[in-house]
Amino acid sequence: MLIINNLKASIGGKSILKGISLHVKPGEIHAIMGPNGSGKSTLAAVLAGREFVEITEGTVTYLGKNLLDMTPEDRAKEGIFLGFQYPIEIPGVSMVNFMKTAVNEHRKHKGLDPLSASDFLKLMRDKKELVEIDSKLANRSVNEGFSGGEKKKNEIFQMAMLEPRLAILDETDSGLDIDALRIVANGVNKLKRPDNSFIVITHYQRLLDYIVPDVVHVLYDGRIVKTAGKELALELEEKGYDWIKKEIENNVTA
Amino acid sequence: MEKDQDQILSDVTTGEYKYGFYSDIEMDRIPKGLSEDVVRMISAKKNEPEWLLEFRLKSYRHWLTMKMPAWPNLKIPKINYQEIIFYAAPKERKKINNVEDIDPELKKTFDKLGIPLQEQKHLAGVAVDAVIDSVSIKTTFKETLAEMGIIFCSFSDAVKEYPDLVKRYMGSVVPYTDNFFATLNSAVFSDGSFCYIPKGVRCPMELSTYFRINSANTGQFERTLLIADEESYVSYLEGCTAPSRDENQLHAAIVEIVAEKNAEVKYSTVQNWYPGDKEGKGGVFNFVTKRGMCKGENSKISWTQIETGSAITWKYPSCILRGDNSTGEFYSVAVTNNHQQADTGTKMTHIGKNTKSTIVSKGISAGHGQNSYRGLVKVLKNATNARNYSQCDSLLLGDKCGAHTFPYLEVDNQTAIVEHEATTSKIGEDQIFYCNQRGISTEDAIGLIVNGYAREVINKLPMEFAVEAQKLLQISLEGSVG
Ligand SMILES: Nc1ncnc2c1ncn2[C@@H]1O[C@H](COP(=O)(O)OP(=O)(O)OP(=O)(O)O)[C@@H](O)[C@H]1O
Ligand SMILES: [Mg+2]
Repeated sequence: MLIINNLKASIGGKSILKGISLHVKPGEIHAIMGPNGSGKSTLAAVLAGREFVEITEGTVTYLGKNLLDMTPEDRAKEGIFLGFQYPIEIPGVSMVNFMKTAVNEHRKHKGLDPLSASDFLKLMRDKKELVEIDSKLANRSVNEGFSGGEKKKNEIFQMAMLEPRLAILDETDSGLDIDALRIVANGVNKLKRPDNSFIVITHYQRLLDYIVPDVVHVLYDGRIVKTAGKELALELEEKGYDWIKKEIENNVTA
Repeated sequence: MEKDQDQILSDVTTGEYKYGFYSDIEMDRIPKGLSEDVVRMISAKKNEPEWLLEFRLKSYRHWLTMKMPAWPNLKIPKINYQEIIFYAAPKERKKINNVEDIDPELKKTFDKLGIPLQEQKHLAGVAVDAVIDSVSIKTTFKETLAEMGIIFCSFSDAVKEYPDLVKRYMGSVVPYTDNFFATLNSAVFSDGSFCYIPKGVRCPMELSTYFRINSANTGQFERTLLIADEESYVSYLEGCTAPSRDENQLHAAIVEIVAEKNAEVKYSTVQNWYPGDKEGKGGVFNFVTKRGMCKGENSKISWTQIETGSAITWKYPSCILRGDNSTGEFYSVAVTNNHQQADTGTKMTHIGKNTKSTIVSKGISAGHGQNSYRGLVKVLKNATNARNYSQCDSLLLGDKCGAHTFPYLEVDNQTAIVEHEATTSKIGEDQIFYCNQRGISTEDAIGLIVNGYAREVINKLPMEFAVEAQKLLQISLEGSVG
């Protein structure tokens, strides 16, 4: 599904990603962990097509195509969804209008007719229930005045509406209470199918109690320094990142 | 019927400035330039009565003593009045009684604009008066309206058929001495719409006037007079377009509204005159005086305007709240893109007791556009319990454009409550990227955000035109980001 090969990227001349390789197969859930500032969100930004990140080396292939050649909206319509670490507020634009535009753009891309107003509202209703978000939120402007947790749930709601092939969730669990965490995780699990994949960026093992990853990566200083099974998350939770840092330093000096 | 409208609206709104075409119609033009003879000539062309010629001459002589005001926040190139043609009208073959009599070229023009000169299926709920260059071509649904006593006709016809009404009200809200461009209009106005709603009548359909400048080097000086008698109601809409030309064209119009006791008038404008090209070449100078008088108790006048066109817009649709408990409203969206400039706003004059006014102004600037809100709220000594609420928002796209607000307040009564709120915001790259990430293109994202921003005003438009206005907003901002 997604093959990242030796990806290097910088922001404003400062090198942030220093050679990342990653292979995500259909149906897999990959967790990415790593200390603050290690480049996790930058990686997500590159995959979603943010322009301020310059790609200096490497390739990204998504469903056999060169992802880096595609516009952000085409990536989205081809099934890439980014759950933002910091969702953006758009005052004046209602969630209904926003989602209707997005859903119909996706449908157009697939050669389908736009949904009728009633079919769309039904879809909204179904997905709202699925992710247990308050109906009132869907009638407000996009993220405007939403609490931190509400914004995160709204990302999952949007994901449920758009049914992506590859969802990248950037710390969607941060700032959630226990119930919300369960809801978000359920949202992911209900969308899970053999042909779609997830990249879940998180700091906490507790999310991975609900969403069981196939692979856990540790991103440190722009590199993936460790890849293992789900038990790696437990180990990190217990020991922090220091031992990994030490391991790396030892490797470098050795 | 809904389908038909959508079709028309979508036809009207694809691509750049779509109305930039010119129609080759046989025209009757007078020589360019302005003088007392020209004023007489216009009056003679129109077979006007003596009193109207006197009104024109009086205005012209006064105009000669006036200077163009310099206070607007606009850069206006010098206008040479001797280079302008002050009267141009399609040559009439014979008296127009039905659509078949209209010059086919002319009919094509209005078909292209999506304006029906036939009383037919689409836009069936709308009566249209079509004005090209200097004269009104055709007014639809005249007979249907007449059955209810509603008069809706060209200004010229009104002068002939209802001279008493015209005499009584013309200049009663905007006097001929009012301001430079209003005075000029009073001297040379050519045509426009006239409307009278009798006592107790609710006008059953939208009335609308479409203005079209066609000829080169001509100015357009139309005059609209709208009278709502006691307990009556009318909703009125005007739309305007012009061909794309390299030289500027002057449009100096007057709209006067009178609302008697318990009457309500909604006046909506979708202004889309040619804005000039991307480098700021050409475009219409839109210098318009619009004013409504809430003459009777409990009367209400509401202005809604969507201003997307014109190289320079200079207009302040205003309300004089004379009747006790009367209400004035002003809802405006003004877009300036590329090199467009707008200095627009309103003036609310509270004279009667318990008078209320609401001002909602939404400026959108993009490219090198400059957008100024200028508003005056004036509360006179006897206007006990006057209320005003003003909200002025500015939205900026990019960093080469500008937004300015000039709110003025003159309050002479202690009991008045006046509130003013202002915000300035920018469409952020983050917001656009967020939309992109959900599959929405940048242009569509701007459309969504701008329409969200302007929704409060767009919602005030009659349904049929809200869709058109939304698309217009989006089109007028195309290419403004990225
Ligand atoms: N727009 C930007 N301009 C300049 N530097 C940036 C920008 N975005 C990110 N960076 C820098 O890039 C580095 C990686 O940031 P990134 O947001 O990818 O980290 P992260 O792993 O997601 O951290 P966290 O766990 O705190 O979310 C940091 O040093 C950050 O300061
Ligand atoms: Mg991050």
